[in-house]
Amino acid sequence: MKKEITLMKGNEALAEAVIRAGCDGYFGYPITPQSEILEYLAREAYARTGMVVLQAESEVAAINMVYGAACTGKKVMTSSSSPGISLMQEGISYIACAELPCLIVNVVRGGPGLGTIQPSQGDYFQAVKGGGHGDYKLIVLAPSTVQEMADFVPLSFDLAFKYRNPVMILTDGALGQMMEKVELFEPIPRKTEIEPWATVGKPLDREHNIITSLHIEPDKMEEINLHLQEKYKQIEKNEVRYEILNCEDAEIVLVAFGLVARICSKAAELARQKGIKVGVFRPITLFPFPYQQLNNIADKVKNFLVVEMNAGQMLEDVRLAVNGKIPVEFYGRMGGIVPSPEEILQKLEDILVGEKL
Amino acid sequence: MSNQILTAEEKQSEHKEEENICLKEYLVYERPKTLIDIPMHYCPGCGHGVAHKLIAEVIDELGIQDKTIGVAPVGCAVFAYNYLDIDMVEAAHGRATAVATGIKRMLPDKYVFTYQGDGDLAAIGTGETIHTCNRGENILVIFINNGIYGMTGGQMAPTTLIGMKSTTTPFGRDVSVMGNPLKITELVAQLPGVYYCTRVAVNTPNNVRRAKKAILNGFKYLEHKKGLCFIEIVSNCPSNWKMTPVESNKWLEENMLPFYPLGDLKVPNLSKTE
Ligand SMILES: Cc1ncc(C[n+]2csc(CCOP(=O)(O)OP(=O)(O)O)c2C)c(N)n1
Ligand code: SF4
Repeated sequence: MKKEITLMKGNEALAEAVIRAGCDGYFGYPITPQSEILEYLAREAYARTGMVVLQAESEVAAINMVYGAACTGKKVMTSSSSPGISLMQEGISYIACAELPCLIVNVVRGGPGLGTIQPSQGDYFQAVKGGGHGDYKLIVLAPSTVQEMADFVPLSFDLAFKYRNPVMILTDGALGQMMEKVELFEPIPRKTEIEPWATVGKPLDREHNIITSLHIEPDKMEEINLHLQEKYKQIEKNEVRYEILNCEDAEIVLVAFGLVARICSKAAELARQKGIKVGVFRPITLFPFPYQQLNNIADKVKNFLVVEMNAGQMLEDVRLAVNGKIPVEFYGRMGGIVPSPEEILQKLEDILVGEKL
Repeated sequence: MSNQILTAEEKQSEHKEEENICLKEYLVYERPKTLIDIPMHYCPGCGHGVAHKLIAEVIDELGIQDKTIGVAPVGCAVFAYNYLDIDMVEAAHGRATAVATGIKRMLPDKYVFTYQGDGDLAAIGTGETIHTCNRGENILVIFINNGIYGMTGGQMAPTTLIGMKSTTTPFGRDVSVMGNPLKITELVAQLPGVYYCTRVAVNTPNNVRRAKKAILNGFKYLEHKKGLCFIEIVSNCPSNWKMTPVESNKWLEENMLPFYPLGDLKVPNLSKTE
C-alpha cells in the first residue's frame, strides 16, 4: 500500500490523527502553544467526518463538555497547555472517578503561573501524580517525535476505552510547533456501537444508567477507590512502554522523556565519539512508569543521568526505580529553555571526572 | 368512636372496603412511571420533590423516557438520579450546562435537561450558564430558586433576598456588604440563544399546575431546535428558612414572588416557527 508521507507541525499532525482516529467530539479553548489543534480541527474535522468541534468559553467548561460527551460512550477529547490544564483538574478528577474514556492533550509550556509560551516539562507531577483531588491516575503517554504525536492518538483512544480511564498525551511546545516528516495512518471509521454503560436514553429493557462520582457512604467510596487502584495495577502490569538505545555496553545511561530524550540521543552520540559509553532510556508511558525495566538496567551500569526541562520531577520516579543501587544524577533547565546536547555532554563528563576523583 | 374496639372480622371488612375504593379503575391519579417508588431524601414540604414529580409526569406524557438524559449537579438535588428512571449524569458544582452541552452535541436528537439550584446555576456556574444560553444550546434548564444554599446548610445564595437571614448573613443580607440579589432569569432572557424563558412556582396547587405546563412546553420546544429553554421554579427550603412547610409556602408568596414575579419572560413566536 502507498504510504501517505507529509511534512507537518506536531500540533497539526496530532489534529490530523484525531480526525483519522474517528474522534466524535473535540471541546477546547485557545492557548499557545497548542491553538493549532483547535484551529486545524475547526477547519477540517466536521466536513470530513461529521466530528463535532466546539470552542468552549473556558477550559473549565471545555473539560466538562468532554465529561458530558464521554458519558455518551463516544470518542471525545480536549487539548490545552499548562495553565489551561490546571483549570481542567476539577473535571479530570470527576472523569477519572466516573470512569469515563477520553483523551486530554497537554502541550506543556514553561511555568509556574502564566509563565512563558516556550516548551517545558514542568507538568510531569501534575500529569502523573494526580493534579486534581483524590487518588486517581491518568494513563500518560509522552511522544518524542511529530510521528508519535500522530501515532499516540489512536493508541490513546484504545487505552481510554480498554480501561475506561482518561488518557493524557503529555508533550511540549517545541514538539507542538516543530515540523517533521510524518507517515499518516489510514482513517478509522467513527464508532457506531453503543457502550452498555453510556447515558444515551434508557431503553425499556434496561435499568437506567447513572454516571456519577458521588458515593456518599464511606464504605461505597472506599470500594470505588479499591476498584480504581486495582485497575491501575492492571494498567501497570499491561501497558508499560519505553525505548532503550545503546544501553548494552553503557557505563552511564541518560534517562529522559519526550523531546529531551532525542536531545539525549544526540548527546550520547557525541559522548561515544569521545569514547564515553552512554546509552539512553526513554519512558514512553509516564504512568505506568517503567520502574522494573530501569531497575534491571541499574544492575549493569554505573550511573544514571536524568535530564528534564523542569527542576527534577521524573527524577523522583527514577530514584524510586533504582532504589539506591547506583547514583542518579540530574540535569535540568527551566523556564522554557531547551537543553543542548553539548550541555548534557558536559554534565556527563563532569560525572566521570567526579568518579575519578 | 375512637374508643370503639373493632372485632377482627370488622377490621377485615373495613380493610376490604378500602381495598375496593383503591381499585385501579377508580384511580384518578397515579405515581408517574418515570418516578421510582422509593422514599425521597428531601425534607418534608420541600419543593424539589414536587418539581421531580412534574418532570416525571411530563416525560411520561410525552413518552420520551428512552430519549431523555438528565444532568443534576451538586446541591440538594444531587441525588435526583435516584428518583427519575431515566439515564442521568451527575455534574460538578455549577458545570451542568457544560456537561449537558457535551451530551447534546453528541446526541442531538435526545432530550437533554439540567436540574440546578440557585447556588449552582447563579453562583459557581454563572459562566457556564450564560454561555450555554448564549450559544442557544438546545437543552432545557430547570432552575430551582429557593433563595439559599440548601445542601450545605443554609448559606447565602446569589438569589437570597435583601434582609433575608442565612448562616452567612446572620443579620440579614446587607447590600453594602453582599451586593444585590441576582435575577439570573431576567439576565438570560435577554440572550438571543434563549428560546423560551419563564418563571413558575410550586407553592400552591394552581402554581404547580402552571409549573407543569411550563415544563411540558420546555420539553416540547426543544424539538424546534431553536435555542435553550429556561424555566425558573421559585421554590422553598423549609429547613433552612427555619419554617414549617406551610409557613414557608406563605413566606414564599409574600416575599419571594414580589421580587421574582411569576410569568413568561420570553415565549416562542409559534406561528413563525411551526
Ligand atoms: C466545587 C464545589 N464547591 C462547593 C461545594 C459545596 N456545595 C455543595 S451544594 C452547595 C450549594 C448548593 O446550593 P443550591 O445550588 O442553591 O442547591 P440547593 O441545595 O439549595 O438545592 C455547595 C456550595 C461543592 N460540592 N463543590
Ligand atoms: S435543605 Fe432545603 S432545599 Fe434541601 S431538601 Fe431540605 S428543604 Fe429542600
